[in-house]
Amino acid sequence: MYNLIGAGLIVIGAGIGLGQIGGKAMEGIARQPEATGKIQTAMIIIAALLEGLAFGALFLGK
Amino acid sequence: MKIAQKSIKFLTIVAIALFSMSGYAVDSDKNQHSQKDGGQVNTKKEVEEYILHHIKDSHDFSLFSYTNDAGERKHLGFPLPVILWSSEGLVTFMSSEFHHNDDGHVIVEKDGLKFAKIHSKIYELDSDAATVALDDTDHPTNAHKVLDFSITKSAFGLILIGLLMLLWFSKLARQYKTRKVPTGFGRILEPLVLYVRDEIARPNIGEKHYRRFTGYLLTVFFFIWILNLAGLTPLGFNVTGQLAVTACLAIFTLVIYTLSGTKGYWMHMIWMPGVPVLIRPVLAIIELAGALVIKPFSLLVRLFANISAGHIVVMSLIAIMFTLQESLGVVGATGLSLLLSFFITLIEVLVAFLQAYIFTMLSALFIGMAVDDHEHH
Repeated sequence: MYNLIGAGLIVIGAGIGLGQIGGKAMEGIARQPEATGKIQTAMIIIAALLEGLAFGALFLGK
Repeated sequence: MKIAQKSIKFLTIVAIALFSMSGYAVDSDKNQHSQKDGGQVNTKKEVEEYILHHIKDSHDFSLFSYTNDAGERKHLGFPLPVILWSSEGLVTFMSSEFHHNDDGHVIVEKDGLKFAKIHSKIYELDSDAATVALDDTDHPTNAHKVLDFSITKSAFGLILIGLLMLLWFSKLARQYKTRKVPTGFGRILEPLVLYVRDEIARPNIGEKHYRRFTGYLLTVFFFIWILNLAGLTPLGFNVTGQLAVTACLAIFTLVIYTLSGTKGYWMHMIWMPGVPVLIRPVLAIIELAGALVIKPFSLLVRLFANISAGHIVVMSLIAIMFTLQESLGVVGATGLSLLLSFFITLIEVLVAFLQAYIFTMLSALFIGMAVDDHEHH
């Protein structure tokens, strides 16, 4: 039961984080379209790190 | 004309492969198992069992199974070799001898030793035992585990994809001896190879060192990507969703960036310059844990969890066909399941590429950190 609540919390946190990353990246791209490639790469790396953390937590909490 | 000949050759090979599969019929007690609730099939439980069974590795390669009118369970697929290191040395036999039994009821006798398969694990029975005795948690009490080197479904997939990659890329490499532009399938592979080299290896590792590591990054990228895609075919591979496989890949990356680390990299990790001396040991612990444990762990868990989660979601959506049959009707449930699983499969195709990209990208990043000359300090 508690690990299900924990899983929910993890997913909420990761969702907020991913939203921030994606949103800020899009703002950046809108401001400087010529830097799209660099912003996308950085965005994917950070998103992957966050995802790794979230999956790690889910995996340990299982 | 040549293309037609080639496709005929290919189709013939496929047909031979399909027909040589032995559809072998065995009466398993699994269907009695799932019909315990007053003769009614407990669909939800069966779906759950099926998904869990798919996520795990198995000893035979089964494409599908069904129960025929006579109530027999029929399996279509082919057996794979079982290779065990038992108490008396090497033992080999085909997995068909277990007759698809997975709860230890079928006992295989080889060289005077008895083996039983329980939940996809093979146990060797004690010499005086005739049947398997299970305790409350379904672990056998009168049998012990053996070292299992079997060619399981995942190992079979690994070998198959490995050979395919060897074929494709050696062909591509040979073409460059005589011509500048590759033909045929090489035209698909070339831009991907260049992409990994120019977009992943070069910017992350740096102009000076990237050539040394491009080979590894290319191998890892195509290996993960092709296996991810193979997992989406009805063959039912789940190779990149096996912890052992992803752990092995992560360890490769760990070994490579640990062994190629420069003096500056280790100095920054163990005795960080520019910070107060008292903080340096604390930082060293954090840095060492990050480099040796957390980085590879996040690599392996990310790939494993993404692919496993994808497989579970696809299979659950396909299972809507059966679980919502009563409330939505046959047409409604099938339509909903088809629609949802179609779109989730499209997303999975994207995820297959993305995970291969991220694994390669992070590997390149870690290697880049290790071989960086730290001249800017």
